[in-house]
Amino acid sequence: MAVTNKTSPSDLKYLLASASCALFSGNALAVDAQDDWKFDAATLIYQEGDSRVTAIEPVISATKAYDSETKLNIKIAGDTLTGASPNGATPSNEVQTFSGPSGNGGYSTEANKQPLDDTFKDTRVSAAINWVAPLNRDWSYGTGAYLSSEYDYLSLGANGSLSRYFNQKNTTLSLGLALAADSISPVGGPPEGLSVMTTSTSTYSGDDDDDEDEDEDEDEDEDEEGVGSESKNVADIIFGVTQVINRKTIMQFNYGISSSTGYNTDPYKILSVIDETAGANYGGNYQITGNNVYLYEKRPDSRLKQSLYWQTKYQFDNNDIVDFSYRYMFDDWGINSHTVDLKYRLRFGKHYLEPQIRWYSQNKADFYHRYLTSSNYLNQEYASSDYRLGDLKTLTLGLRYGYKFVDNTEFYTRFSVYQQTNIGAPGFGELTSQELYPDTTATMLTLGYKF
Amino acid sequence: MYLQIPSHFNPCNHADVRIDWYNGLFRVVFDAMASPCTLLIELKKNEFERAKQIAYLAAIECWRIEYKYSRYQKDNFFCHLHAKPNEWVKLDDESKRLLHFADAAWHISEGLFDISSGILRQAWSFTEGASIPPQTHINELLPHIGWQKIQLDPIKGIKLPPRMELDFGGIGKEYAVDCVLQRIDHAYKNVSCLVNFGGDIATNKSRRNHQPWHVGLESPFKNESQATISLKQGALATSGDSQRYLMHEGRRYSHVLNPKTGWPVVDAPRSVTLAAPTCIQAGFMASLTLLQGRKAKSFANKTGFKFWVYD
Repeated sequence: MAVTNKTSPSDLKYLLASASCALFSGNALAVDAQDDWKFDAATLIYQEGDSRVTAIEPVISATKAYDSETKLNIKIAGDTLTGASPNGATPSNEVQTFSGPSGNGGYSTEANKQPLDDTFKDTRVSAAINWVAPLNRDWSYGTGAYLSSEYDYLSLGANGSLSRYFNQKNTTLSLGLALAADSISPVGGPPEGLSVMTTSTSTYSGDDDDDEDEDEDEDEDEDEEGVGSESKNVADIIFGVTQVINRKTIMQFNYGISSSTGYNTDPYKILSVIDETAGANYGGNYQITGNNVYLYEKRPDSRLKQSLYWQTKYQFDNNDIVDFSYRYMFDDWGINSHTVDLKYRLRFGKHYLEPQIRWYSQNKADFYHRYLTSSNYLNQEYASSDYRLGDLKTLTLGLRYGYKFVDNTEFYTRFSVYQQTNIGAPGFGELTSQELYPDTTATMLTLGYKF
Repeated sequence: MYLQIPSHFNPCNHADVRIDWYNGLFRVVFDAMASPCTLLIELKKNEFERAKQIAYLAAIECWRIEYKYSRYQKDNFFCHLHAKPNEWVKLDDESKRLLHFADAAWHISEGLFDISSGILRQAWSFTEGASIPPQTHINELLPHIGWQKIQLDPIKGIKLPPRMELDFGGIGKEYAVDCVLQRIDHAYKNVSCLVNFGGDIATNKSRRNHQPWHVGLESPFKNESQATISLKQGALATSGDSQRYLMHEGRRYSHVLNPKTGWPVVDAPRSVTLAAPTCIQAGFMASLTLLQGRKAKSFANKTGFKFWVYD
């Protein structure tokens, strides 16, 4: 019964017939909403090419419907990441040695290889709880909280939303607000942004035992005073309009603004400083007293993102569904991005198949540098070589398959291939023989069961 | 002759059901919902037993609905519904369907058809010699009117704010007509029957040899000749009443009230009769047409329903 705007008198006949039909047919009001808990359990396996990062992410989501519009959802997820991730330095024709962020736990990278931090290993646990309920016929609200914890990262968040229905619920306006407080406690404390990383070979001097004792004392003090951690606050506001266009088409428009203030830097990422002086080392790692110079990255302590989102879903006469969305994001770091996503769901009785294609393109942040040079590294305000802030394009091809059992439980699986292409200016001198922007490929497999 | 109906099937204590042979049909007459209720059943004279069964069935079903939704009974669904304001009241299947129909009717009519507007009766009277109530009285009632203030949920039921009251008068009789006819049609498939509860009329099928039922339409003007409507299948309902109106400063105030303003519709036709597939549809459409006031006729024309308007 799609009623858009004013009911026209000529439509009354059909609207009324359908209302009257429901009145005299006993089960016309059968509702999906059940009082029982419904579960959705799934595991995602993520594998990057060159066996870089492997992640296993089990998720369980439980939903209890109190009525058709009142729902409680609890979601618990864990993930384990193992492998190595790029530390931001450029590859070199010589062996490179890096220290951990605390100045200990160093690692080396072979000549002509991508410098990867193989100490990278983490386990994360997160839990979220959300509640949605109507306030009255025209209004509904939602509220929720979440917690996510890693050994060096803690995120606490709360959210609330308010929706108003118009035109017999064919139009929904909604306003959402989410606040998060993150605390980052990198091993050994957060490094000073843009400071020179002390490579492990140069730290040892004097009596080992004394040094270690001093270190421990310092660590304890830091823990007590909380000096070893940084914090970040994120506030998100989303304004959305959902409109039923006709019986087969629904559209959604969102405008979002997100402000992140505090420590936006990745404490584990560094930048190489490349020698710009003409000579034998032109384009090689810049050295001071025989050691390569690497700087810890530093990002602005505020970021304001804005995004526009448009989604359209259309159902064909044969019940196939096409789902198209486009997102445009821009921020005050100079990044802007486009995301186009297209899904098509085909149904064959109890089976369904859903191919998906997703394309993403991003322009780099103003302070993104693949590397710094001997002549500019001392006068940077901010700098990062994190490829996620650079010029990049990604393409994802996915296929989802699902089977619905007679008892309304569902098995589903999704396989997708992800290809990331990084783009940037080539280096100079020695650097030109190095691969500065390696592509990344990854495969993802999800297995899930709804019951 | 009169049929004795056991008292537990007659919770409102109506007089016995009368059945007789009249003009080649069985005619059943009983009281319900403050109206005379009539059934015309097309059976042969020797099928009196079947006619009696149909008469039983009709009266019992009609009285059941009347009792359940009546404002004037004790300890019925209506009392239960209003006993605990601001709390969810679980609904039985039938009430759920009926209230969801009321909800749909409210939406379709953009708020003009509102079963929460019955309390306006406290301000307005249309008996002879009655006058326009003071606006303050209407203003006191308006905050307690408005279907949008009521929460209806398929699982939890219904939640009424305090002092609000639902009035099934606008749909109950029409609903009873449809239910009675549906039951007869279900149990006695080939019997043609015309149900008429106080002017709300429906038939399940045409008479022998595909002859339609002829329904006389009473004119509000006693001296005018009756219009006759031929009805093969479907329903008729009439809204408006020549006897119930107020004259104020030269204008005619109909007894049909606009739930948004609390005032009667001005310059509406005296009565609107409308044909629709079911009686509840016909009743709703007739009321909605009358609520259009002066524009009733052009509105009815656009709806595509057959209608008869008396100005």
